[in-house]
Amino acid sequence: MPRTLFEKIWDAHVVRKPEDQPTLLYIDLHLVHEVTSPQAFEGLRVANRRVRRPDLTVATVDHNVPTTDRSLPIADPIGAKQINTLRQNCHDFGIQLFDIDSAEQGIVHVIGPELGLTQPGMTIVCGDSHTSTHGAFGTLAFGIGTSEVEHVLATQCLPQNKPRTMLIDVCSALPEGVTAKDLALGIIGRIGTDGATGHVIEYAGDAVRELSMEGRMTLCNMSIEAGARAGMIAPDETTFAYLQGRRFAPQGAAWTEAQDYWKALQSDNDATFDRKVELNASALEPHVTWGTSPGMVVPVTGCVPDPAAAKSDADRRASERALEYMALTPRTRIQDIHVDRVFIGSCTNARIEDLRAAARIVKGYQTNRSVNAMVVPGSQAVKRAAESEGLDRIFRDSGFEWREAGCSMCLGMNADILQPGERCASTSNRNFEGRQGRGGRTHLVSPMMAAAAAITGHFTDVREWKFK
Amino acid sequence: MTPFRTHNGTVAPLDRANVDTDQIIPKQFLKRIERTGFGEFLFYDWRFLPSGEPDSSFVLNERRYRGASILVAGKNFGCGSSREHAPWALADYGFCAVIAPSFADIFANNCMKNGLLPVTLGEEEVAAVIENARTIDNYELTVDLERRTVTDGRGFSASFAIDDFQRHCLMEGLDDIGLTLLCEADITAYERTRCELIG
Repeated sequence: MPRTLFEKIWDAHVVRKPEDQPTLLYIDLHLVHEVTSPQAFEGLRVANRRVRRPDLTVATVDHNVPTTDRSLPIADPIGAKQINTLRQNCHDFGIQLFDIDSAEQGIVHVIGPELGLTQPGMTIVCGDSHTSTHGAFGTLAFGIGTSEVEHVLATQCLPQNKPRTMLIDVCSALPEGVTAKDLALGIIGRIGTDGATGHVIEYAGDAVRELSMEGRMTLCNMSIEAGARAGMIAPDETTFAYLQGRRFAPQGAAWTEAQDYWKALQSDNDATFDRKVELNASALEPHVTWGTSPGMVVPVTGCVPDPAAAKSDADRRASERALEYMALTPRTRIQDIHVDRVFIGSCTNARIEDLRAAARIVKGYQTNRSVNAMVVPGSQAVKRAAESEGLDRIFRDSGFEWREAGCSMCLGMNADILQPGERCASTSNRNFEGRQGRGGRTHLVSPMMAAAAAITGHFTDVREWKFK
Repeated sequence: MTPFRTHNGTVAPLDRANVDTDQIIPKQFLKRIERTGFGEFLFYDWRFLPSGEPDSSFVLNERRYRGASILVAGKNFGCGSSREHAPWALADYGFCAVIAPSFADIFANNCMKNGLLPVTLGEEEVAAVIENARTIDNYELTVDLERRTVTDGRGFSASFAIDDFQRHCLMEGLDDIGLTLLCEADITAYERTRCELIG
């Protein structure tokens, strides 16, 4: 029977399928960070349980770490305690930790692929909803809660009900200046933030094939913002070229063998999906969110919508509430919205290609006087790569702050937050109320769009940018 | 886990769609390393003004909803971050069940692990419950997991679907890690064949 990519990976990981019970699924890689793991390790201790496969478990610190000078002690005692707790847990249970002073430290969804830990055909979990990022490699990767983190630590397995499947087929090519982020926002704008609930998305089509691994990661990353359990893209030559030679990727004969296996990880031609969505990439524009949910999004050439035109009463009230929070009036042109802050970072858009794209816009310009802008590389490796290419100089010369790696202002667990009322062009993934700081107003955009807003002080169509 | 069989309690209406887990428990409270004590921070930015004073316009601060143990809300409840701190906060505050037209996957899963029951009802049924909770003092519902029903003893009655196994675990208060550990032989056998498969 023809199977989808998802079904092939699922089937290959079934440990047990009891009658009338969820499938027991084997987990190949468990990524751990400081925020969602302490209670899980504590649970193991209380029940006198061990970590079954510390060799398949990798940890880093990313969510609450400061992005300022790493030689200084962490000022926040509660944050420091959480980091110390992870250190102790990794030590006690024998888990590899890429600590704050490690050359490999970074956002967990950036370092997994970067180190070659993320490989096609795997099942990957992490106590973080953006685990869907790893699906870019043709893996089944999904976010879990702390109880499930404990479950995987103890058993290397998870009882799971099989999700449904959704194919998002994107034909044609993305126009210049329109990125994977715009594609992701365009999809969410179309299907809604619960449009893929209960489903695993497979992204396919020419536009997806043309994406770099960085672009694919951005797209899969945002799957959760459409409610999906996971997002995935079948591996191909782009995937293999990215992985070859990375630290934990197979080497020598094992590489050839692995590639043979990975090449079979495609949906069969006649495989059926529970749902299909078709999009034409050539019609896409750069996108900007206007509200407090990623589905509240319009093209940069558009205007803030009028709640009166909402489809339902509930939608109208949600729009009105969002506009009040965002301090926007209906029918305002998106390009007339001014920003106070610009954040280029997060597991969505802080990889080297994202920083290159932003730097290209910024080069030769100064940030607007009223804008405070910062770049937070996704990992120390991204930071080094950017510095070796001179991107840090371009950003600094134009007035950006250049920081150490971490989640930073995507969720504002550390000191990097918006002040009440501040408006931010952000390359992150969530524009929820207060996400980047209480009273802060977040507009989600691509790295190029964020960079352009930093220069002009308002949202600007990057397709018309005059590069220097 | 405390077993959940049936629960009767007063209902608080939160008539908003897409309530995300950042709202349920804001990030500044995620640095704690305990599982308990999150209730006081539930819906923090909505319950409290920037000054720290309670915001009297927020529904949970209305005197009549104090002690409510069933929350009813709009669709896609619990979307966003996978933080289990969200169900911890709801349960610690005193909620035993949340009723909504739909829930985000990870959130619903996290609830089940903590004896907090996510009850999916139809949009019209949810609207009716919200209306009743607004207009009837001390409006109470009974959520019966065994029968999969929600009733108010005044004529409202609705049934809900839930995965059989999850229902069983909730009703018995089972430790599902313990159940998986019973499959040790299967896991070891799988690991052996997987090794052969991928080298």
